[in-house]
Amino acid sequence: MDQSATSGQKTAGPGLALPSNLVKIIGVISSLSLTFIGLTAITFVIGRVMPADPVLAIVGDRASQEVYQQVFLQLGLDKPIYVQYFRYLGQLAEGDLGTSIMTAQPVAEDIKRFFPATLELATIATLLGIFIGIPMGVMAAVHQGRWLDHIVRVIGLIGYSAPIFWLGMVALLIFYAKLDWVAGPGRLDVFYDGIVEPVTGVLLIDAALSRDWEIFHNALSHLILPASILGTFALAYIARMTRSFMLDQLSQEYILTARVKGIPEWKVIWNHAFRNVLVQLITIIGLTYASLLEGSVLTETVFSWPGIGQYITSSLFNNDMNAVLGGTIVVGVCFVGINMLSDLLYRLVDPRIS
Amino acid sequence: MMFEPEDLQTLVGGVAESWNITNNGKVITFKIRSGLKFHSGNPVRAEDVAWSLQRVVKLNKTPAFIITQFGWTAENVDGLVKATDGNHVQITITEDFSPGLVLNAMSAGVASVVDKKLVMSHEKDGDLGYDWLKSKSAGSGAFSLKTWKANELVTLEANTSYRHGVPGMKRVILRHVSEPSSQRLLLEKADVDMARNLTPDQVKGIQGNSDIAIDGYPKGTIVYMAANAGHPILGKDKVMQALRYLVDYDSMANSFLAGQFVVHQAFWPAGLWASLETIPYSQDVAKARSLLAQAGHADGFELTIHTLTNSPFPEIAQAVQANLAKGGIKANIVTLEGKTLWPKYRAREHDIILARWSPDYVDPHSNADAFAHNPDNRLEAKLTGVLAWRNAWADDASNALAVKARNELDLDKRKQQYLELQAMLQKKGPFVIMFQQNEQVARRKSLKGFVSGSNFDLVFYRNINKK
Repeated sequence: MDQSATSGQKTAGPGLALPSNLVKIIGVISSLSLTFIGLTAITFVIGRVMPADPVLAIVGDRASQEVYQQVFLQLGLDKPIYVQYFRYLGQLAEGDLGTSIMTAQPVAEDIKRFFPATLELATIATLLGIFIGIPMGVMAAVHQGRWLDHIVRVIGLIGYSAPIFWLGMVALLIFYAKLDWVAGPGRLDVFYDGIVEPVTGVLLIDAALSRDWEIFHNALSHLILPASILGTFALAYIARMTRSFMLDQLSQEYILTARVKGIPEWKVIWNHAFRNVLVQLITIIGLTYASLLEGSVLTETVFSWPGIGQYITSSLFNNDMNAVLGGTIVVGVCFVGINMLSDLLYRLVDPRIS
Repeated sequence: MMFEPEDLQTLVGGVAESWNITNNGKVITFKIRSGLKFHSGNPVRAEDVAWSLQRVVKLNKTPAFIITQFGWTAENVDGLVKATDGNHVQITITEDFSPGLVLNAMSAGVASVVDKKLVMSHEKDGDLGYDWLKSKSAGSGAFSLKTWKANELVTLEANTSYRHGVPGMKRVILRHVSEPSSQRLLLEKADVDMARNLTPDQVKGIQGNSDIAIDGYPKGTIVYMAANAGHPILGKDKVMQALRYLVDYDSMANSFLAGQFVVHQAFWPAGLWASLETIPYSQDVAKARSLLAQAGHADGFELTIHTLTNSPFPEIAQAVQANLAKGGIKANIVTLEGKTLWPKYRAREHDIILARWSPDYVDPHSNADAFAHNPDNRLEAKLTGVLAWRNAWADDASNALAVKARNELDLDKRKQQYLELQAMLQKKGPFVIMFQQNEQVARRKSLKGFVSGSNFDLVFYRNINKK
């Protein structure tokens, strides 16, 4: 029996699709709101109970008690923490993420500047992971126990366990300093800075939009190395998981049946086994992408990449809580967004999922 | 007022062409240079000078203390700082401060002259343009700020109408590269001309490169240990003397600090007016043990050293830990980020702090006021900006001499008084002053003319040229 059709009839009744959709939408909105409130509440409370002093972060350690007290009151730190939190939520509702102490700019402006840099890096890294990691994982599973499998497993192990910081420095030394194949740290050579009008903030897109191919090439040359290093991590993880999922599928009876029926081996692998690991792969890819969006701090540091990971980390060290909260919200929204996208893709690749 | 890169020792007029001081030292009248222009093209007027100082006092942000210490408040500053005509500004101080000190303080960044018309055109909710000016410039110096991307990039553009002539470079780009190894690679590949944050190892590594030169600039930053005088053992003078004899200054300066810090033991940095450059202490374990025995701690004791997480503080703390062990003192090290460390220090919740200090302006009073002058040692006085107070230490003789030197009108006498005060604090008090920073700047040899002064706001790009 079709389970989803049954549950649909029970919930909305025949011909009443709208209430069913409405219930789903309300469910999604409630879930999002709870996630958002939980995320902001936890981050806010952590920021306030940390032993670091938010007032000193603003006035500096040499401030007199008078100046200190003035800012203490301005920040509303004399109020109970829940009052401070609701005040912050009120600000958020108006689209105001506050001002960063570190950059002296509105946090929203900072995020507009830093997030596209990370988005660009993480997207290319994830694409590398998908287009190289998946075929590697499939091939390793198909050739289990043979040299190809061993190579993939070693690559996976290196990519997964080698410190990304070290990998980045070595890559810079070889491909930038010695071989001169790619550009060095930073998103662009300094003399190109400010030439392309930022539209999306993603340099490759902005340069392409303005048809400035010289800057496009320069940006690409700067991007290749950090994206590859970050992509190594994505590739290793995706390849390992693909191999594992595929091994599981290839040992199923339907694969044996397909082979007995004389279906060509490539069809057995890609049309039968691979299709059945797609849902799991989407989950893995989604999680990898989300983690790269917030967790590429070390790559950003080595490559002087002005991204959101470095922004949040340095803000945290400087007790710049508006920036930390703003960055956390963006990362949280990304996680939720990627999860929702994954849910949609599940339905596309497997019609059994309703 | 300012120090110029050609002579970092001599205070000269910047916007001020000349100045006149009354006999009692309370009123100084500045004559403003004629023909100066802001980057906006607006003329630099006496009104801009007075307004810039008034603005700092009224905004009352942390650095305002540099000029509010003269007795200026938001209520009285309009009367005490005023333009008397189109090209004269008169300032009146209500405290008994030496005019030499007042002039030196006027060289601090906080006393810079900004374009009133331009800044006020960006005023929001009575903020005197504060928000706008956070990421813009409105001055008349050698460069204007073209781009400000915090944590990423700053672009300075040459002011072609600068009074000393057009700067050597049309544009100076400062790039934030947080990883020193990346800075080194960029420099070696000639993608940057100068790297200012290399570690001693990296400096050593590039010393053989014939295209790169390493320059050293003595900075005002000193590294010191401070003991909480409220501690039952650390409050004893003999124990503090023992600590001074236990530290092996030379060993640190010649090993992991090589080139970047030199031994210095007075609160005012070497190379500046009135600095005391004697080095009375070197490691003498026998003497230290004897002093500890005299203080009743022959068997040693246990203490905690709080310090910063960034290099070289953990390394220094570990070396000091080993040094103190020779005197039977067991030191535990706790490393913290500055934002967590400073609240502890300001609340007197430490045994020993290992930290750094830089003067706010180039006058010994800046450091004397922090190290040697604590007029009210009560906890509730909360003089949290004063290092002596943070360490619960006050001394009548030190307080008196610090005030005397601060107020002295005669320059030679004033200098002697500061030398005496520094010598006094080498023998007593909660501080073990150890090192002074020497900034190592690695540059391509094709680039010349960069100068870095003692303070963070004394960095000069106008003479830079590339050949």
